Amino acid sequence: MTGDTAIELRGISKAFGSVQANKDIHIRVAKGSIHGIIGENGAGKSTLMSILYGFYRADSGQILVDGRETPIPDSQAAIRAGIGMVFQHFKLVQNFTVLENVILGVEDGRLLRPSLAKARKELARLSKDYGLEVDPDAKIEDLSVGYQQRVEILKALYRQADILILDEPTGVLTPAEADHLFRILRGLREQGKTVILITHKLREIMDITDEVSVMRRGEMIASVVTRETSPPQLAELMVGRKVLLRVDKQPAQLGEVVLQANDLRVSHDGVERLKGVDLTIRRGEILGIAGVAGNGQSELMELLAGIVAGTGSARLLGRELDLSGHEDGRDRRHAGIGHVPEDRQHLGVIMDFAAWENVAFGYHREDAYRSGPFTDNAALKADTAAKMERFDVRPPLPNLAIKHFSGGNQQKIIVAREIERNPDLLLIGQPTRGVDIGAIEFIHKQIVALRDQGKAILLVSVELDEVMSLSDRVAVMFDGRIMGVRDAATTNERELGLLMAGVTETA
Amino acid sequence: MRQIPRWADVVLVPLISLLLAAICATLVILAIGQDPVEALNTMVTGALGSAYGWGYTLYYTTSFIFTGLAVTVAFHAGLFNIGGEGQAQLGGLGVALALLFVPWPHWTVALLGAIVASAAFGAVWAAIPGWLQAKRGSHIVITTIMFNYIAYSLIVWLLVDVLRPPGQAEPATARFAHGIPALSDIPGLNLVFTQGIPANISLFLALLACIGVWALLWRTPLGYEIRAFGKSEPAARYAGIRPVRTIMIAMALSGALAGMMSVNNVMGESGRLMQNASEGAGFIGIAVALMGRNHPFGVVLAALLFGFLYQGGAELGLWTSIPIELRIVIQGLVILFTGALDHMVRMMLSLVFSRRKVA
Amino acid sequence: MDYATLLQILDSTLRLTVPLLLACLAGLFSERAGIFDIGLEGKMLVAAMTSGSVAFLTGSAWIGLAAGIGASLLWALMHGIASITFRGNQLISGVALNFLASGMTILVAQAAFGQGGRTPPLAGSARFNEVALPLADTLRGVPVIGPFYADVISGHSLLVYIALLCVPLTWWVLFRTRFGLRLRAVGENPAAVDTAGISVSRMRFTAVLITGVLCGIAGAYLATALQAGFGREMTAGRGYIALAALIFAKWRPWGALWATLLFGFFQALALRPDVVPIPVAALEALPYVLTVLVLAGFVGKAIPPRAGGEPYVKER
Repeated sequence: MTGDTAIELRGISKAFGSVQANKDIHIRVAKGSIHGIIGENGAGKSTLMSILYGFYRADSGQILVDGRETPIPDSQAAIRAGIGMVFQHFKLVQNFTVLENVILGVEDGRLLRPSLAKARKELARLSKDYGLEVDPDAKIEDLSVGYQQRVEILKALYRQADILILDEPTGVLTPAEADHLFRILRGLREQGKTVILITHKLREIMDITDEVSVMRRGEMIASVVTRETSPPQLAELMVGRKVLLRVDKQPAQLGEVVLQANDLRVSHDGVERLKGVDLTIRRGEILGIAGVAGNGQSELMELLAGIVAGTGSARLLGRELDLSGHEDGRDRRHAGIGHVPEDRQHLGVIMDFAAWENVAFGYHREDAYRSGPFTDNAALKADTAAKMERFDVRPPLPNLAIKHFSGGNQQKIIVAREIERNPDLLLIGQPTRGVDIGAIEFIHKQIVALRDQGKAILLVSVELDEVMSLSDRVAVMFDGRIMGVRDAATTNERELGLLMAGVTETA
Repeated sequence: MRQIPRWADVVLVPLISLLLAAICATLVILAIGQDPVEALNTMVTGALGSAYGWGYTLYYTTSFIFTGLAVTVAFHAGLFNIGGEGQAQLGGLGVALALLFVPWPHWTVALLGAIVASAAFGAVWAAIPGWLQAKRGSHIVITTIMFNYIAYSLIVWLLVDVLRPPGQAEPATARFAHGIPALSDIPGLNLVFTQGIPANISLFLALLACIGVWALLWRTPLGYEIRAFGKSEPAARYAGIRPVRTIMIAMALSGALAGMMSVNNVMGESGRLMQNASEGAGFIGIAVALMGRNHPFGVVLAALLFGFLYQGGAELGLWTSIPIELRIVIQGLVILFTGALDHMVRMMLSLVFSRRKVA
Repeated sequence: MDYATLLQILDSTLRLTVPLLLACLAGLFSERAGIFDIGLEGKMLVAAMTSGSVAFLTGSAWIGLAAGIGASLLWALMHGIASITFRGNQLISGVALNFLASGMTILVAQAAFGQGGRTPPLAGSARFNEVALPLADTLRGVPVIGPFYADVISGHSLLVYIALLCVPLTWWVLFRTRFGLRLRAVGENPAAVDTAGISVSRMRFTAVLITGVLCGIAGAYLATALQAGFGREMTAGRGYIALAALIFAKWRPWGALWATLLFGFFQALALRPDVVPIPVAALEALPYVLTVLVLAGFVGKAIPPRAGGEPYVKER
């Protein structure tokens, strides 16, 4: 590693309306290094990198590339300055080929044919140099997420990027795919490229980075050499206080079987997404589903919640559920299933509705909220105020539109709505995605308390730590199937990681 | 974008949109070499200057309340129903069939029959595109437009070949046995409306429909479902709100409201079904709903405005050389500014408000 | 029905297809770039009125065409400003501009000519007259093919052939040029285009303006080639039928040709109650009914451009 600086940011600030996303950020990234930027969701990491890539303009501050002040008003300028970015949500055109995506925006001349020919050659070279094999003629929609990510990296390299920014690159990858990605990143470093890795996973930082900068609430808290720090120290810097990474809970007191499901299957557009899943959950038990996003967890949840139709059989406390699509979400709620959906803002609430209207969401035909043919808005508002008090929702304003609440407070309202119905089975997906630490602990406690009341809970989360610390048993899903079920107390990350990659020890 | 106060959003945005539309209309009048002041004078005098003028203005207002409510209900379900015109035409057919072929004992019963028939015919004509959207994914905007053309042809055929009494040259049905009282027939009101006017008691029906739509949307579980579905279909599924059912109900209600305007024009005003009876009121419903911010009470105010515009526009056609089609121009401008350029108006307002805060 | 009648119907099919085809290709550019445009109807209408008026005043169909395109571009620009610059509702903007066109054409035509909103009849060089293709008369004697060439293929105005040439041209632009690649990308995933450093707004405006040009030609064709002058509401829903054809064509240029030929054929049939024995009103409704049937059933899985109808906003 040389002492040269690839990127330096001086006093970067950016506000969105009243939200200060970045406050007076200073950072120095050494050339030929892998530099981690770590922080909680909403700490301002992505905003900072979007400024560096010219996607947003900073309100104030300077950007220096290779020691020279370089204004980056737009992405074109960032590309010219040798900066490439792999976004968390890939910016690929789904029905284009790899080649077409790679040349988009940097075509040679007005006709496509020569550009494509040139790119084909160049891509072959890049693939060889960096171990990034991918079929140039494949359509993006036919590629797995891991390959799509490679296309994004190739796009940046094709644009002759010397500095590569990756935003939460492993969120969608299996542990094995993530390892492969890290090998590629190390290869890039050896070739003299600079890599900036944004993540909220401590393990990745420790694994691969040379230096790490910690962000908290829009501010840059510290920059340290990775070898000289430790995960607990980084966690404390991230959160601002000591954190308990484990959840306190008593051993499970198992009761009767609540959900007995066999051979659950779901197909979308002729593709089978859930391929014969069997599940048993008892009273007083949390069954956690681990797995990389998109391996059938959502379909499983939505099938049980009555949102999508499928086949197989499921018995809730001995009563058969109709999975064919005749029963909807209301029937399931009636049967005693509560559901905190994975995609909270897209499914769980109507963002434009007031908090009190969202408290009725899914339960709007209940007698408690009605007087005659009309809705009893007064009763509903009173109920909302009570829930806000019990779940410490801030601000405690039932009339405020739900979109004006923070992610954690939105989640508290949904959890309150679903838990307080006293469901026999609670389906809960990504309970703490985009939720601040304080609310995470609160929500975890609520889930454990529900378990201790003798309810059954099916938990889906892509955060392996969360699944391992909350669950009593962990089932791992891969490619629409359950690869194995393990006791949470005795399993380990390595074992689960292999199952997540579809590897079963059939020695 | 910066926030603007809620009152400004509710009151100022439509008013400024209206002002912009008025400015553009003035420029249009100047461009075709006419005098805007004279035009405005003619419109005000003709539409509001006499009880007789009001009688027409309120007559148009009644129709526009119905069609404006029709568009409003569909909008809340996330559906853009451009088919109000066809649904109103079919509603007229329903009124005609009910009044021609059923021997009602008294006009009050006949009125009930006409309301039910017009609502049912309009509902069916809207529910078909609704079903096609829900089940077959046909874009409702295009299908409802097609249904307008089909309705037009259907009515022409029925009036020319089927319902026209023998010996009559005009494509229209026979006169109905029952009509409904005009406002000038009502004791008390007849002191104000001394001449015969087309505005009739269906105005009160329209106002009742307004209250009904308001209560439905904001005070019943069904209305809750319609509004939730309109905001987010995936979320609605999560909450157990059935998409097909909700689309069908919303469209049927929308069509029923559009159809019911025929009680005003077919039963009330003309007393028989004629060609093109709805006279574009279905389309004006779009402007009325947008101008009224998709709220039933806003719809009443906007309908009154368009009632004035329509009666005033007709007077223009009579007394000046400005063509009556100026109405359509203004209608287009209002839809443009309130429905498509509303962000522009909000941006302008937010600049004003942020500057005031700084000062 | 004998061969001569069939040829007559095919001949009018082609004439009636042209405005649908041009409008359909117009819509294709716009929708491929992610902007819905139900204002094709209005753009054609203003172009028809403007070209009819200008052609009458100058005596030149070509100047009329240019003026028609200009008027259509003005409408396209308004749609672009509403739906791209100010991120307004694209459907509502289209509806508004259609009404504006409907009223303005009558107002202006009435103010200019005082003939109840029509333009005076056009004759001579103020119209696009029919051109005979080479060898049309020579080949007429050849059985079956000869009359088909002479009566159906040959003998149309120049605009007909321009419209037909637009089909391969559109295909080539869309799938063989850098511009086409970027245009398709912006309708599928504008964020990909934005992060590649290309302006989403500029791409979309360009597409919307191309839509304007094509609608302009379509409108001018109606007033200066198909008919001899502008009449009230002379587009008669063609803009909407073109949209239905676009869906039927799955947003592809060659598909657009086949779909509009089909709809043109329906319209040609509607002009011949002597051939199809059903009431005139039913024949008039036929294209609309068939459009609904097409939309409802036979479309198959038509996947519209993914970003269609959505204003582009950078996500946080």
